Amino acid sequence: MTLADAERRLPASARWRRAVSNGRVSAVLILLPPALILFTMFVTLPLGESAWYSFFNWNGYGTPSNFVGFGNYERILNHSVFHIAVGNTLKIVAISLLVQMPLALFLALLIYKKTPTNAVFRLVFFLPYILAEVAAGLIWSFVFDGNYGVTASIAQSFGLGNVFILSDPDLAFMAIMTVIVWKYFGFHMMIYIAALQSVPQDQIEAARIEGASRWQVVRYVQIPHIRPAIAVSAFFAIIGALQVFDVIIPLTNGGPSNQTHTIVTYLYTFGLTRLNIGFGSAVGVILFIGAVTVAVFYQRIFMKRAEA
Amino acid sequence: MKYPTAALAAAIALASGPAALAQTQINVLRVVVNPEQEAYLEQIARDFEAQRDGVTVTFDYVANEAYKARLPTLLQSNAAPDIFYSWGGQTVVEQVEAGFLQPIDDHLPEGFRETIPEAGLQAYEVEGQLYGLPQYATEVVLWANRELTEQAGIDLDAIQTWDDFLGAVQTIKDAGITPIIAGGQDKWPLHFYWSYLALRHGGPDIVTNAMAGENGGFENEAFIEAGREFLRLVELEPFQPGFISTTYETASGMFADGAGAFHLMGDWDYLPMRERSTSGEGLPDEQLAIISFPTVAEPLAEGGNEATLGGINGWAVSASAEPEAIEFLAFMMSAENQREAGAQELFIPIAIDTSDAMENPFYVQVARNIEASSYHQIFLDQFLGASVGATINDISADLAQGTITPEDAAAQVEEAWDFR
Repeated sequence: MTLADAERRLPASARWRRAVSNGRVSAVLILLPPALILFTMFVTLPLGESAWYSFFNWNGYGTPSNFVGFGNYERILNHSVFHIAVGNTLKIVAISLLVQMPLALFLALLIYKKTPTNAVFRLVFFLPYILAEVAAGLIWSFVFDGNYGVTASIAQSFGLGNVFILSDPDLAFMAIMTVIVWKYFGFHMMIYIAALQSVPQDQIEAARIEGASRWQVVRYVQIPHIRPAIAVSAFFAIIGALQVFDVIIPLTNGGPSNQTHTIVTYLYTFGLTRLNIGFGSAVGVILFIGAVTVAVFYQRIFMKRAEA
Repeated sequence: MKYPTAALAAAIALASGPAALAQTQINVLRVVVNPEQEAYLEQIARDFEAQRDGVTVTFDYVANEAYKARLPTLLQSNAAPDIFYSWGGQTVVEQVEAGFLQPIDDHLPEGFRETIPEAGLQAYEVEGQLYGLPQYATEVVLWANRELTEQAGIDLDAIQTWDDFLGAVQTIKDAGITPIIAGGQDKWPLHFYWSYLALRHGGPDIVTNAMAGENGGFENEAFIEAGREFLRLVELEPFQPGFISTTYETASGMFADGAGAFHLMGDWDYLPMRERSTSGEGLPDEQLAIISFPTVAEPLAEGGNEATLGGINGWAVSASAEPEAIEFLAFMMSAENQREAGAQELFIPIAIDTSDAMENPFYVQVARNIEASSYHQIFLDQFLGASVGATINDISADLAQGTITPEDAAAQVEEAWDFR
């Protein structure tokens, strides 16, 4: 029986007296309000406000007065660009789970051991993640430039002529996904490295002695041990994919022909820059509901199983 | 160093209580300008302060996109500027409807209205009341690289109609030269084509009629015809490769580097395009020419061929501003200050008979064009407000890539207008 269990058995009044006397109540009274106030002011209130605005056709001037009910939601759900944006966001989720995470795991397995060379590689692979998103987007927009970019020189050396990747509706989003994988695989790799380092060495050795191949050690010892880390990393990948914004703006700004929007760039382009605040708020609410649903279900299903 | 002094003065004025209440502080907010223009505005502020005891004028500058995003919030706060930069048109209407602006007619000096052309004032008028003043006008023109057009055997003076222009584009392309440079990623450089063609076909009233919902609104035949004419150009593949991922800044530098024969852009690009060129020098004046946007041979309505497209940029006065702010605005717009701006080649002044101090041949030509114009239409992406404007930019980019029909394009604009 732990101390916490013992405490729980005390009657409420006794628990309260003890909490006051050992300073817990004053700690709560001092420490909770700042966080609570900040959270209310910058998270809860804005959430409520956007939910309210989403029922108005409002351009941001004065107070909203043109009530349109679910009109904004209706327009969003019928908007072809929104369909593209949702499709693109799902594509990013897929590429994150199916390409980025295996790549990160593969690299993590290569360099998780603590050696000086591995430290260098870890730093190199982690660098893209440190770089500011907008800067990364700008750098890649030069790489993809059809006249002077690296891809242009490669294409020319194969005699393909100038290729304008970001101008091509089909290629542009592939380019964006490449940048996203490049930008964030280092983050997932670091999660795996930390987890891999805590896998008990004796189990790995035992498996080796039993004659397990390298792949079998990975498959039957290391991966089962780091499953909680994989669950967390997949969670970050999905939530991150729902929020992709700053890489896209400098790369394509959602173009050509609005083919490369994600939900967030869609919100920004059609809500904020066009001063359709009500419309933008409705997109925000939809995105919020999507993110919360994913978060809750993910926690319920995968995180639980990972713990078990 | 002037700004901290003014701020200090304001702080002292506030701190010293009732005795200093005679102090009036005028805050002016503007989109970022180049150092020459900033010096010009600061000088006007100091001149005004010298004339008026107890008045201080402070200019603040914000980057373009940030300015547009911050203004609605700022105007609702206690920190609302007294005078702020404005592009006129629908945005002013929306600001008036929200009660953020004040009518300024009663506070303007006697006879002041007559110094500004009526077309300029209209951009800041809502239901007969004046809420701001225009400062300068710009025109969208076809910049041409003479060396390249001569190389292709094109006579620029012979380009009068849209068909002439399409012919010239084909000839230039056949000569192995890129006919047109365009900054397609920003989309608005492409909306000039659609707007100009709609104006040419539909006549001066086409946009105001469409806003009133007359003759099919934005689905009027003139807008559809504009899309068709634009597609005729697009079919010639006139733009540089990858134009849709080229920004306006890059495009302007490319034109100044001699990468293409034409660039449809405002007169304001004259100095910036040089700065953006690889050499920093750009094209020499004698190699540069501007021609008016081509006319259409069989317009659907009269008067559009003599119209111009461009901007009427100026200032709006917020509801909380003191009368002194309006006096300052009138002072800033005085004939003397306007003439000075022309002499310094900062912009083409809008006040009547003040462009005589300009020497730059391109500015002089644009000033003449605007004076001779039957109607000066403000850029549609600003005139119609942020939402409808962005839709027009979208459909223009789609038309330039041939991914949309002229009918769909017009329908999208009409839908955006209905839902604005």
